[in-house]
Amino acid sequence: MAPRIKHDKPGLWSALASPIGKKVLTGITGFAWAGFVILHMAGNLSYFGAGEAYNEYAHKLLSTGPLLYAVEIVLLICLVIHAILGVNIYLGKRRARKQGYDAYRSAGRPGLQSPSSRTMLLTGVVLLVFLVIHLKSFKFGPGIAEGYSLLVDGEPIRDLKRLVTEKFQHPIYAFGYTGVMVLLGFHLRHGVWSALQSLGAMNRRLTPLIYGIAALLAVGIAAGFVVLPLYIYFFAP
Amino acid sequence: MAQTMTIHLKVWRQSGPDAKGKLVDYTLENLNEDMSFLEALDVLNEELIKKGEDPVEFDNDCREGICGSCGLMVGGIAHGPMKATAVCQLHMRHYKDGDTIVVEPFRATAFPIIKDLVVDRSAFDRIIAAGGYVSVDTGGAPDANSLPIPKEHVDEAFDFATCIGCGACVASCPNASASLFTGAKVAHLAHLPQGRIERKERVVRMVDQMKAEGFGDCSNHGECEAVCPKQISIAAIAKMRREYLRALFG
Repeated sequence: MAPRIKHDKPGLWSALASPIGKKVLTGITGFAWAGFVILHMAGNLSYFGAGEAYNEYAHKLLSTGPLLYAVEIVLLICLVIHAILGVNIYLGKRRARKQGYDAYRSAGRPGLQSPSSRTMLLTGVVLLVFLVIHLKSFKFGPGIAEGYSLLVDGEPIRDLKRLVTEKFQHPIYAFGYTGVMVLLGFHLRHGVWSALQSLGAMNRRLTPLIYGIAALLAVGIAAGFVVLPLYIYFFAP
Repeated sequence: MAQTMTIHLKVWRQSGPDAKGKLVDYTLENLNEDMSFLEALDVLNEELIKKGEDPVEFDNDCREGICGSCGLMVGGIAHGPMKATAVCQLHMRHYKDGDTIVVEPFRATAFPIIKDLVVDRSAFDRIIAAGGYVSVDTGGAPDANSLPIPKEHVDEAFDFATCIGCGACVASCPNASASLFTGAKVAHLAHLPQGRIERKERVVRMVDQMKAEGFGDCSNHGECEAVCPKQISIAAIAKMRREYLRALFG
């Protein structure tokens, strides 16, 4: 028998590529995006604020300059890692059971398998496609140069509110966005608690509590997002 | 007197590791409802042998739910529909007369089929050999309470130590991950002073071996806990992840 090596601490790369490292990375990068969507949702809700609250909020965000770029770069890196690992874990699962069952069903509780947990890759891909369209429509959509501007304190700023209002008067935008946000809720329903489990932050007592809170959070975030398109479509002048 | 029942089985038959398998229909009549599921398979095998056919191969040993030898997918669930029950402790009274039950082997690339319902679970042995041991001489059984270990640690360690290595966690996992098995071993030993010597190496080696055996990654579905005949909590998996991070950064 080969002599045992006394201390074989893995290198950073092999640790990150290990079954544990992959989950930890997926969790951390997922959390970065969960934090972002919560802030984004709060920003959306400023649409209902008094006066030009929405446009001023958007303008303030843009005027942070380098800070905004830094956050965007971090989010982009997180997205790439999260997506690559998601696909990698899916492909690994296909290899790990090449022949599936003729009959398979969940044994139910205390298992946490759900439509949400079983569709993470699917909802993730939809969210990714949505993100591209969404950025094209709004972030890189028409701005001051195209006439979407208004004066605040004598300074021209982008009239994002007008753009958003116009877009969501289209049924495809309003209901497409609503549908994708429901899928975001599904992704977060499993994602939020799962990230904590992946980081090792769970124990027997915490899991049921956090699993419940994650459901509330997922519903809350999805609801916070869908009120804007639905309000505009049905009630905006 | 016990009721008798007729049960229709669809059993996976595969003559060898590389042979192509298929589900074969059998009907068992006059089964006693107090029989265990494995006893019903014994009845089937007696009938097959009398007819000169090959009996259905399935693993079993103690038939009292403690050895971890048996393990079948019964009706799509590892060890069948009853909670905290190995398939040897599943009884026919939980089924209705005329029910059809699909019986398949535990399926995972790391658990290759040997024949019919028998799979090779020696990947688990290699994960244990990679680190699931204590190398210090711990002497004979110490007097009760002579080792200063907090009660909650003892309780947790004992819960994790109840793993019988049956492989139901892998079989039921949508990803065929062995995280609950490996986590239970890591968490059990990490909670006890005897296991502290190899604490860091253990988790790294066992996780590496788990990966090398070709098990899938965990997606936190928690299905493993639901089918575990010993009801081992996925808290073991969280503990394994903490232990791994501790080995890296601690």
